[in-house]
Amino acid sequence: MRYMLMMHTPRGTGDYQINNWSPEDFKAHIAFMHAYNKDLTDAGEWVDGQGLTPPGQAKLVRAGKDGAPITDGPFPEAKEFLAGFWIVDVDSPERAYELAAKASAAPGPGGAPLNMPIEVREVMSGPPTDA
Amino acid sequence: MTAKPVESHALHLLRELAPQVLGAVARRHGDWADAEDAVQEALIAAATQWPVAGIPTNPRGWLYQVAIRRLTDHVRSEMARRRREDEVAGDRAAAEPFVPPPDGEIGIDRDDTLVLLFMCCHPALTPASAIALTLRAVGGLTTAEIASAFLVPEATMAQRISRAKASIKSSGVPFAMPGAGERAARLDSVLHVLYLIFNEGYASSAGTQLQRTDLSNEAIRLTRAVHALLPDDAEVVGLLALMLLTDARRAARTGPAGELIPLDEQDRTRWDPGLIAEGIALVSAALSRGAVGAYQLQAAIAAVHDEAARAEETDWAQVLALYGLLERMSDNPMVSLSRAIAAAMVQGPEAGLALLEALDGDARLAGHYRLDAVRGHLHERAGDPERAIAHYRAAAERTASIPERDYLTLKAARLAAALRGTAPAGGG
Repeated sequence: MRYMLMMHTPRGTGDYQINNWSPEDFKAHIAFMHAYNKDLTDAGEWVDGQGLTPPGQAKLVRAGKDGAPITDGPFPEAKEFLAGFWIVDVDSPERAYELAAKASAAPGPGGAPLNMPIEVREVMSGPPTDA
Repeated sequence: MTAKPVESHALHLLRELAPQVLGAVARRHGDWADAEDAVQEALIAAATQWPVAGIPTNPRGWLYQVAIRRLTDHVRSEMARRRREDEVAGDRAAAEPFVPPPDGEIGIDRDDTLVLLFMCCHPALTPASAIALTLRAVGGLTTAEIASAFLVPEATMAQRISRAKASIKSSGVPFAMPGAGERAARLDSVLHVLYLIFNEGYASSAGTQLQRTDLSNEAIRLTRAVHALLPDDAEVVGLLALMLLTDARRAARTGPAGELIPLDEQDRTRWDPGLIAEGIALVSAALSRGAVGAYQLQAAIAAVHDEAARAEETDWAQVLALYGLLERMSDNPMVSLSRAIAAAMVQGPEAGLALLEALDGDARLAGHYRLDAVRGHLHERAGDPERAIAHYRAAAERTASIPERDYLTLKAARLAAALRGTAPAGGG
C-alpha cells in the first residue's frame, strides 16, 4: 500500500527558517534527509519524494471567465505550509507511521529534533475487489 | 516490419528458459544469489542482442554460457581487485572462445523451476518481496519490467529483490527440493504468490498504464508450468482454472474509461469462450477426483457464473452451496460476504442482510469498505434507498481503489437523484 507523507512546516515568514540556521545545523539537516531517502530506497519502499520551493513564491491560481489564469499570492503569512513530501510503498499503515515519525524527528538548530507534523494519507492505488 | 514477431518470440523464449538456466548455473556455481544476478545479466544481454542478431541455434546454451562467464568475470575481478591485476584478468576473459555447450552438458533439470518457486515463495518473505523475486528468478522478467509493472522506480525494485535474496540466504534455505513433509505447505505459498500476481494484473488492467507488463498472463504462464510439473495436484489445476475463468471476463469487466462494470451488467458476448471452455474442463476434471480444495471451489463458482449466458440465468443456488463449502474450509470473512450476496439472490435480500450481521463483530472486517458496499447493494435490492445511499457513501470513503470509489459514489448519487425525483432511477 502507498502512502504520501507530507511534511508541514509551521509559521512561515515567506522563506524557510532553515535559511537562517548555522552552517553546521543546516548541513546536519541535509545529511539526515539524504540518509533518510537512501534508507527508503535500500528498504525497497521509495516511490517518490520532492522538496518544494518556499511559500514566498507560492501562487493560488483560478480560471477567469475566459479560462485564462488569475493568480493570487504569494502568501508569506500562511500559518502552515507544505515543505515537501514522500510517497512510500509499504506493507502496513504502521510502517508508514513509523517512517513519518522518523522524518518528523529530523534535526533542527542545535541538533534537537524538529518534531514537525507529518500528515500521512493513503494514496488511492489499491485494486478493486472483483464483483 | 518483421522485428516485432522476432522480438516477442525471443521474449517468450527467454522467459521460458530463465528458470532452467538459473537452476543449472546455481547447481554448478553453488551460490544461488550470485547465480541469479548473472542469469539476469545474461537475460538483459539476450534481450538486446537476439532481436538484432537473431536467436542463437542453442539459446539455452547461449544464456548458460553468458551467465557462467559473468560469474567468472565477477570472481576474477574480485580477485584482481585484491591483487591489483585488473588488466590481465580482463584480457584473458575476452580472449576465450565462445562456444555454448550442448544441453546435455549443462545439466538441465525440469524440476529446477519448482525448486526455484519453492525458494522464491518462501513463507519467510513478505508477499511483495516474494512476488518480485518470483517474477525475476522464475518468470525471467527484468528488474525494469517488474518495477514498471508495480509502478515503482527501478532502484527501489532492485533493492526489494536483493533484500529478498539476502533473507533467503541468511535463513539458510538450500537450493534443493524441500522434504516431502514440507512440500505441501510450501506449495500453498507458491500458489498464493501466483494468485497474488494474477490479481495484481487483473485488478490493475483497468488503468491507463499501457506499458505495464501483463502480470495476469505471467501468472497464468507460471501456473501452467507448475501444472505441467505437478499434473496430479488438484489445487494447482483449481488455481489454473480459476485464473482462466476469471481472465475470460477481462474485456467485459471495464468500460472505455476504465470504469468497473459489475458481473451482472457485463456484456457476456465479450467473454472469451476458449478460456471458459478450458477452465471448465480443468475444474470438472479436478473436482471429479475428490479431495476438494479452496482454489477448486473458487474455480467452480467462477465456472457457474461463466456458464450463464445471461445474468438472470445464473444458478445462484449452486453458487450459495459452493460458498457454504468454501466458508467451512477457509474461515475468511470475505468468503462470508460473498455467501451473503449469494443467499440474497436465492432467498431474498433480507436473508443476505441477516448473514451480514454476524460479520459486524469480525475484527478483520472492521472499517472495511466491502462490508458497507455489500450492505448498500442489499438495501438497494430490498427497496431501502436511504440506507443503501448511506452504506454506498461510507464504502466510497473507505476504499483505496479509484475505480471502486467512482462506482460506489455513482451508485449513491443515482439513488439520491432518484429519491429527489430530479433524475430517472438508474442504479442498475
